[in-house]
Amino acid sequence: MTEQSHSESQAQPEVLLRVDKLRKRIRGRWIIDDVSFEVRAGEIFGFLGPNGAGKTTTIRMLVDLIRPTSGSVQVCGRDVRREPEQALEQIGCIVENPEVYPYLTGRENLAFAARMLRGIGAARIDEVVRLVGMTQRIDDKVRTYSLGMRQRLGIAMALLGKPRLLILDEPTNGLDPKGIKELRAFVRMLAGQGMGVFISSHLLSEIQLMCDRVAIIGAGRVLTTGAVHELTADAPSYVVWQLQDREAGLRLLEREPQAEILGPDAADVLEDTALAAAPGAIVTTMPPELVAPLVARMTEAGIGVDAVQPVMPTLESLFLKLTEGEGIV
Amino acid sequence: MSDLLPLVHNETLKIWKKKRFYVILLILLVLVPIFTYAQMTLSRSDDERGGDWRNQLVQQIADYENALASDRIPEEWKQYQRVMVQQLSYYLEHDVNPNAPGAVTFTRGFLTNAATLFIPLLVLAIASDLVSGERAGGTIKQLLTRPVRRWKILFSKVAALVLYISLTIVATVLVCYAISGLFFGYGGWTMPVFTGFAVTGSSVDTSHVHDVPQWLYLAMQAGLIWFAALTVGLLALMVSVLVRGTAASLVTMMAAIITGTILVNMASSWSGAKYLFAVNLELGGYLDGTPPPIEGMSLVFSLAVLAVWSAAALVVAFGVFTKQDIMN
Repeated sequence: MTEQSHSESQAQPEVLLRVDKLRKRIRGRWIIDDVSFEVRAGEIFGFLGPNGAGKTTTIRMLVDLIRPTSGSVQVCGRDVRREPEQALEQIGCIVENPEVYPYLTGRENLAFAARMLRGIGAARIDEVVRLVGMTQRIDDKVRTYSLGMRQRLGIAMALLGKPRLLILDEPTNGLDPKGIKELRAFVRMLAGQGMGVFISSHLLSEIQLMCDRVAIIGAGRVLTTGAVHELTADAPSYVVWQLQDREAGLRLLEREPQAEILGPDAADVLEDTALAAAPGAIVTTMPPELVAPLVARMTEAGIGVDAVQPVMPTLESLFLKLTEGEGIV
Repeated sequence: MSDLLPLVHNETLKIWKKKRFYVILLILLVLVPIFTYAQMTLSRSDDERGGDWRNQLVQQIADYENALASDRIPEEWKQYQRVMVQQLSYYLEHDVNPNAPGAVTFTRGFLTNAATLFIPLLVLAIASDLVSGERAGGTIKQLLTRPVRRWKILFSKVAALVLYISLTIVATVLVCYAISGLFFGYGGWTMPVFTGFAVTGSSVDTSHVHDVPQWLYLAMQAGLIWFAALTVGLLALMVSVLVRGTAASLVTMMAAIITGTILVNMASSWSGAKYLFAVNLELGGYLDGTPPPIEGMSLVFSLAVLAVWSAAALVVAFGVFTKQDIMN
């Protein structure tokens, strides 16, 4: 699935990030045990895994914060360990939270970062400030910023050196829905300009909405790599029903051979647990194309349909499928 | 070099914006008037006892000699007192008042007393969170993911530290002089001070003693204190690299320095203690001929000990900082 044939790869855009057989041992334990993938120019690459799977450790090895025990990280052909200056020049990153100096203003933080780069002046600072839409508050102390604004400042700082590759670690953490939506559009815009974007997340739905390709990591290993639509095609599709006549609806669903009704514990395998846990909710798995005819039949039978919601399964349940029942160790 | 300057600019800016130096100035502005007042009451009571400084000096020598005659005084103290008697006699013979009041004399006295504890504490205020603060705030990640080698980052921190240590000592001298001058007058720059007393055991060799103008003495003293403060600063930087939290780093260094001053007071019997950095911080003592806390210590010895500790601190700090994994 990850290997392209030779003729195909010639048409592909340039590889910006090449991670090869990365391993890291800490105190006798292999925290990262064989991670390999590639990120190309113009694509948004998702790095999906549950908390504790080794996402952050991997990201730290990408940006030279942690030295790998073995394996290599190459950015635009430059090895991060051997030529850190040349490799890091091509990367803009936010590792975990956007960490900035609270006692400096936004502009002072940018100027600080600019002094660590070559040939970045006040004009470029103004440019990135406009790009992230922070012209109003840029001269205030960062101490007074909300998390969303810190995130914007963090992205501005990451973009300051005109990197070819942007690395964002759980970028939607702590953002409100509006902020998440803006971030998605922003990242898509950057990728449209030819930047490679690497995004880690523990939420399948987020990766599905934002990314082109994805690598799934569990227990320090890459389990699978591929296009996002291929991956979610494998995932069972869950549908949550809210019906006016619950009993009649249940009987109708039971008669449908392709639909499976799940018990009260079903909410645990879904990302949006609130929806499935609502009183009276019926959680089913069924092919998506079955939903419309079912709704029609229910309406015919006089069962009022209040809501039908497709819901993404959690990553964990997807893992169970990938590892065929082994689960996440 | 050209790419190091912006980095030093960054580190200097951070310390400044954290308002660390303001705190140091504030501490000086509060403490120096207190000491000035204490000094004023002291000289007033001296004046009441008997006008002429010569009489006071004679009295002081007589006090020491009485104490020397007593059996109950331990031998280590007697050695110190014998040395002091010889020194005071020397001043008396050459008709020079060692305690002539004036802002310069006060500053000299303040520096002598500040060298082992006060100045090192001010240095710790700057040095202790240089690296651990970045780690606690998470900003270390954005510092180390820039296209700059790690040794350059640490080098710029060392450069900023040296700059602020120098500023601290200059500020101490200026604040002392400015405030005490209000009460004692701003004179005393050219007053002669004797230096070059060679203390061996309980006797003083005065063959190398010569007088220097007090301004020169003050400059030499400030230079020596700068060197001692630099050692403290570099050790604090090393601890700051090794220890995660700023509080832990501060406490570790304070404990080390205070241990040193306690050991100095417990004195001489454990001669191995002379290799500890904190025992060697009082370099000014070699200028005015105060007997060293442990036998066998000399100016060159102490400078060498401090230099070795500083070099070791730098080697450890750079070695660890350039290699360590940033896990949190």
